[in-house]
Amino acid sequence: MSVDDAIRFLPELILILAATLIMVCDPLTSTHRKSTLAVLAFVALLAALAATAYSSTDPGKAFFGMIVVDGFATFFRAIVIVVGLLTVLSSNRFLEREGANSGEFYALLLFSISGQSMMAASNELIILFIGLEISSIASYVMAGFLRDDSRANESALKYFLLGSFASAFLLYGIALVYGVTGATNLSDIGSRMQPDSLLGGVAAALMFVGFGFKISGAPFQMWAPDVYQGAPTPVTAFLSAGPKAAAFAVFVRVFTVAFGNIGDRWEPLIWISALLSMTIGNFAALGQTNVKRMLAYSSIAHAGYVLVAITARSESGVAAVMFYLGAYALMNVGAFTVVGHISRKGERYLRVEDLSGLGVRQPLTAAMFSIFLLSFIGVPLTAGFFGKFYIFKAALQSDLIWLTVLGLLNSAVAAYYYLRVLVVMYMQEPGEAVNEVEPLSPALRLSLICSAAGTLILGIFPSGALHFAVKSAVLK
Amino acid sequence: MTLLDALLFLPLAGFALLLFLPRAQSENIRLTALAVSLAVFLGSLGLPFLFETLSTDFVWIESPNIHYHVSLDGISLWLVLLTTVLTPIAILISWRSIQDRIKEYYAFLLLLEFGLIGVFIAQDLFLFYVFWEVSLVPMYFLIGIWGHERRIYAAVKFFLFTMAGSVLMLAAIIYLYNKAETFDYALILQALSTGKLALSAAEQMALFLAFFLAFAIKVPLFPLHTWLPDAHVEAPTAGSVMLAAVMLKMGTYGIIHFCVPMFPRAAHECAPWIVKLAIIGIVYGALVALVQPNMKKLVAYSSVSHLGFVVLGIFSFTQQGMDGAVYQMLNHGISTGALFVLVGFMYERRHSLEIADYGGVAPYAPWLSTVFLITTLASIGLPTLNNFVGEFLVLQGAAIANFKWAVYAALGVILSACYMLWLYQRTFYGEASEVIKHHMPDLTGREWAAMLPLLLLMVWMGTYTKTFLPPISASTARILVGTESSKRIRVAAPRANTLLAKEAADVR
Repeated sequence: MSVDDAIRFLPELILILAATLIMVCDPLTSTHRKSTLAVLAFVALLAALAATAYSSTDPGKAFFGMIVVDGFATFFRAIVIVVGLLTVLSSNRFLEREGANSGEFYALLLFSISGQSMMAASNELIILFIGLEISSIASYVMAGFLRDDSRANESALKYFLLGSFASAFLLYGIALVYGVTGATNLSDIGSRMQPDSLLGGVAAALMFVGFGFKISGAPFQMWAPDVYQGAPTPVTAFLSAGPKAAAFAVFVRVFTVAFGNIGDRWEPLIWISALLSMTIGNFAALGQTNVKRMLAYSSIAHAGYVLVAITARSESGVAAVMFYLGAYALMNVGAFTVVGHISRKGERYLRVEDLSGLGVRQPLTAAMFSIFLLSFIGVPLTAGFFGKFYIFKAALQSDLIWLTVLGLLNSAVAAYYYLRVLVVMYMQEPGEAVNEVEPLSPALRLSLICSAAGTLILGIFPSGALHFAVKSAVLK
Repeated sequence: MTLLDALLFLPLAGFALLLFLPRAQSENIRLTALAVSLAVFLGSLGLPFLFETLSTDFVWIESPNIHYHVSLDGISLWLVLLTTVLTPIAILISWRSIQDRIKEYYAFLLLLEFGLIGVFIAQDLFLFYVFWEVSLVPMYFLIGIWGHERRIYAAVKFFLFTMAGSVLMLAAIIYLYNKAETFDYALILQALSTGKLALSAAEQMALFLAFFLAFAIKVPLFPLHTWLPDAHVEAPTAGSVMLAAVMLKMGTYGIIHFCVPMFPRAAHECAPWIVKLAIIGIVYGALVALVQPNMKKLVAYSSVSHLGFVVLGIFSFTQQGMDGAVYQMLNHGISTGALFVLVGFMYERRHSLEIADYGGVAPYAPWLSTVFLITTLASIGLPTLNNFVGEFLVLQGAAIANFKWAVYAALGVILSACYMLWLYQRTFYGEASEVIKHHMPDLTGREWAAMLPLLLLMVWMGTYTKTFLPPISASTARILVGTESSKRIRVAAPRANTLLAKEAADVR
């Protein structure tokens, strides 16, 4: 391992070492001082973020081309680490409230993020799979972290069983690819793949099953509502942003670099999946009464929008994927954080009606939730709007006119269920749930303000982030 | 930074300022909102003298190439003024009627003003879309929080209708950008007219329909009008005023400023169908207004009828018709705005919108009755008052294009006299109930302050059109020349020749 290799792998190294350190310290910390471990995790994530920035100054490959540090990897590393930071901020108070604050949680979180970070930088199918498994196994445990809660148990078990199933499909795909091209390195696969390769197409389809599960794209979305609903809310926030962004990162990289020249074979698959995800997600969300379940369906729909950009098969499509996932991570973590804050001990208050009158009782929380919701709808001056704009711009450039029209109509349908939350927050009298809600803790407040500010900044001055995305969208 | 930018961002600054004022100081909040809106109004008085010189253009986002580009023409000039006149009035009439969550209320009114001014001055299609959507949000909250019983239903319906239309417009805007590589309206128009940006007939038709649908929902054109009565009836008075007087004009402005100049061929092809819908709207709106038991609903349906005239005028493709359409946009803003203000005054006194709950008001509130009568007469198009000019020009234009259109549309004028006068008769004459006798005080000073500017404008616009028409005519003439010249290009093509001849025969 040369120094260059180490620097390009530094974020993962920091995260893994910090996670191990937290595991070691956990038994030595008394129960009511577990927050120190949260601080440790926070600092480690900051260090990893700095390392990400540092390693990006010298882009290139490491470990014989297994890891690649380019703009794309840096962008997604930054997303998953920021999601981690926001999760640490929002979960500390939550875990204290549920009496489950322990170092284990933060260690699992860091392991999971290290896996995702590895996925973002992987340039090789085996590393990709290892990263995916590190991320997944840690997140299976996190989904069931509240051991005494039957919903969390159900959630974890479902996530684990279906997740392993999907991983198997992914492995089948990897095996086939190796059979066809004799390589696991993405660039090598790309250069050896014959455009008319039937087996290559089958491999792409199998790998799409695996990725489709991780990104909760239809028709592999079944697990998402149950898992998201049952998992502790900060974990749901994390699951719907971090692992999803990382899975999209590898999805895009594999399908662009390795399967770039059999694009005609897989494009119809993703076209259908994009349309199904948007439609199923939005229409199912219309009827939900549980906020977490509603946001789960909404996250399926948003995966559909991102799939539209992948269907475009262009550099501007890749840039749109990056921008959208950055925006989506911020608003989604923010929205779930608010839900976790309102739900209170034992997550009793999770119905949409339980938010009624929040605008009167806690104007700041409600205002920030509104920003996230308007961003989900895609109202201008929020990040979500520019995200959708870039996606559909890329789609139209690739002549995907019908997909664009159907996608945009879908986003009009989606406005209905997001508006319902705005309605109860501002237009109804405060109910039992909101009347006794505790004030925002400083950490929660910081987490929410960061997400909201990020959502607005990306919505008003998107140039910087977009410029970076466009520059990094050239995948080789 | 020109006067125009200052006028645009002053309401936004006021919005931010209000958010930081302490909730308890309700009087200060009202005064601040009023002061900001009055400052905007006073500033906007300079616009008629300067409007051709005001233009700002700088890059907002580099890639895609999005500019902050704002300027005025003879049409948007008056629409901006309409907005700046009506916002202080909307604030004045809310002074006593809104007692709940005052801070947010006035903040949203100022945000609405920001969005509306932005819509009328944006010269970059992307910027236009941004303002178009931004103006939606405060109105949604105004209806949903401070409205009447079925406010939530109305607010959501309003939002979804507009949203459904505007997403297709967004698709069309992106499509145009991918072709033209600019969002700048003037550049796109230039590229289209010089043929640098060539659209096939099918493309032009699809783009025209995508834009037109968004605008037609906002106008609203029959049969897309169903959100309007709900929104109007449920909105608080100021919401109804801004909605009727200004927001509906976003649709007609969009048609005349974007749809027709960019896609003249498609506009000409669709014109017969659109005119039919407009005429149906004129007659249908008037007939439905005739049978309404609820005052606000009556005025709302009368809006459907009046806006039909505007659409008819635009799609007559004559100088008179277009001038009349723009003039009618302003007239409708003033007279229907005034009607909603007055209905709001009556609601504050009697707490009812049902016509049956009134009667015999005239002796107890003589000034209120007089002002209501003048507004009624303006609304039905009495000569020397504003609506007459607009309706006359539209009918003249329609008659030039196709005489039958003018005949059918004139029915609307007659019917408007029926429903408005009947409304007046039922509310102000007859036997007064006990409640009316004791709870119908006359206009207060604040109410006079809200109504006087509107009355003044009704008379001014009805008697001295020279102030308003020349800039309008200059702009509409440019639009007409643009659409005609592209028609001439069609003459060159052999197949189109027969089409044109057929059309000319139709016109005759």
